[in-house]
Amino acid sequence: MAITRARPSLYGLMAEFESPAELLGAAERAYEEGYRRMDAYTPFPVHGLAEALGFRRTRLPLLVLCGGIAGCIGGYVLQYWIAAIDYPLNIGGRPLNSWPAFIPVTFELTILVAALAAVLGMLALNGLPMPYHPVFNVPAFELASRNRFFLCIESSDAKFEPDETRHFLQSLKAQAVFDVEP
Amino acid sequence: MDAHESDERTAEATSRAPTSSPGPLEAEPYPGSAVLAPGHTYASVTDKISTIVLTRKTPRGWLLGFGVAFALVMLLLYAISYLLIAGIGIWGVNIPVAWGFAIINFVWWIGIGHAGTLISAILLLLHQEWRTSINRFAEAMTLFAVACAGLFPLLHLGRPWFAYWLFPYPNTMGVWPQFRSPLVWDVFAVSTYALVSFMFWYIGLVPDLATLRDRARHPLARMAYGMLAMGWRGSAMHWKRYEMAYWLLAGLATPLVISVHTVVSFDFAIAIVPGWHSTIFPPYFVAGAIYSGFAMVMTLAIPIRRFYGLEDFITMRHLQAMAKVLLATGLMVAYGYLMEGFMAWYSGNRYESGMMANRLFGPYAPLFWSLLLCNVVVPQLLWLQRIRSNVLALFIIAIVVNLGMWLERFVIVVTSLHRDFLPSAWALYVPTVWDWATFVGTLGLFFALLFLFVRVLPMISIFEMRELVSEIGGPAEDGG
Repeated sequence: MAITRARPSLYGLMAEFESPAELLGAAERAYEEGYRRMDAYTPFPVHGLAEALGFRRTRLPLLVLCGGIAGCIGGYVLQYWIAAIDYPLNIGGRPLNSWPAFIPVTFELTILVAALAAVLGMLALNGLPMPYHPVFNVPAFELASRNRFFLCIESSDAKFEPDETRHFLQSLKAQAVFDVEP
Repeated sequence: MDAHESDERTAEATSRAPTSSPGPLEAEPYPGSAVLAPGHTYASVTDKISTIVLTRKTPRGWLLGFGVAFALVMLLLYAISYLLIAGIGIWGVNIPVAWGFAIINFVWWIGIGHAGTLISAILLLLHQEWRTSINRFAEAMTLFAVACAGLFPLLHLGRPWFAYWLFPYPNTMGVWPQFRSPLVWDVFAVSTYALVSFMFWYIGLVPDLATLRDRARHPLARMAYGMLAMGWRGSAMHWKRYEMAYWLLAGLATPLVISVHTVVSFDFAIAIVPGWHSTIFPPYFVAGAIYSGFAMVMTLAIPIRRFYGLEDFITMRHLQAMAKVLLATGLMVAYGYLMEGFMAWYSGNRYESGMMANRLFGPYAPLFWSLLLCNVVVPQLLWLQRIRSNVLALFIIAIVVNLGMWLERFVIVVTSLHRDFLPSAWALYVPTVWDWATFVGTLGLFFALLFLFVRVLPMISIFEMRELVSEIGGPAEDGG
């Protein structure tokens, strides 16, 4: 492995597990041990795993709520401004601000902006699309989208010591422990 | 055991014997009740579904089916080209029946789309685990049905190249859309629906695209799936936000799907035409949409599971559950017909009762009676367990319901318009060959898109199947 001075030679150490339960146990042990900068990779969502890694609440629901409110107010104001201010049409003497007729479009725009906030917000908070990530340098990692479960402790963690961390991961009954090149 | 078969397909199988210890939920209370055939592992479901896409050989049946559908797409393009040159005079529409096939087919296609959203959103919120193996292609069906539906109002505009005038954008003409018109509501409802359905479908696909990226061998396929997967790596934090986003989208899509067909029904209900001006239209249309949509899901699911050997994933449990939804929504639709008849009599409005008499005994009466046969009489067979467990019978009933729902839209649109208030304005509506060409052409477009979809994308959600394996207490040790 070529060592460059400019950047660390290791992104982290990755342990492979056979089942979600083993990975969950390992993640809890690692958190107890004091590791914080780590992530787990699974082929399907495993409940409690993010929490075991110390993940706090996501701001996504708040984002979606803001999106919904923005869509709702924006949708109504758009129609009000068009129908009552910029382009008033007198049709049979009906009020210009005929609000019941504006509800369907207001509703649709509420949903649309909230849904956009959910999707784009999820992608943005997850940092996707991401063209390159070091974990893909591990050849076995292609099974992370099939039937294997991985725990990666990153070298930027304060407690990370290559040898010590490797021993620790091996003690968790991992199938294998891999170096992750940056 | 199926595990053997899937092991053979596993290229890089480490020869660890698959152990299939039956989990607590795996036992079948009655035959055909499992949502997943026993013996499947994370690896076997992944391999079985992804192999369909990643195999090099294209099945001959696929080529044949796609060829037919593609020929119909060419017919559609031909019909549209002629329409753009000659104008909508080539269709059978005229005054008084100005709506004709364009609106009939629009409502029919939109309705078909609704089952996809119902399956992926409402059944998700209700924790119906049987949705997992049918939601992906039901969502795809939604998208393609909405694409077909959207064509009709656009073409019906007369000058489709000005379709963007429907959106509120600052323009040199100094005019704005009329927001008090249900037709403008339609624009917002249908375009929101198309966009949200697309996002829901695509977000659902991302983890599976990552699976395909990791399993594809051809460099071009790896690159294409890799770009579409956006670098998804299955991180626990990502899954957390992903699930949150998926649930929120489901929660948003549920009222959306109800609102879309409600708005579609407003196109009719807000008019004063007898037979349209009715408060029952929104719920009646929504029930009809779900009814026709489930019929279409069954029409597609039954041949697909047979052709691709997916009986392990789309089990009798799925077909039976869909048959029950079909029966229930069919009864709601029947109630709608009954209430239309009742209100025509009870209101004492002579135009309403005249409309109903015309519907029952007028020139289009054969269509009305066929629709009752297709939508009300035939589906009653689904009360019988024997019928519900007969795949062929289900397939035939589903097609009959599809036909019946199309006839329903024809009857609603045409019988109300062709004889309204003044007998001097009455006329008959006869679709022309161009009407039929456009309609059959959209059927071709729908099936061509579906054929492409099952060839290049996983038609069953792989990661949700893996989750299902883990939930039903699948094998702890997994063979691959």
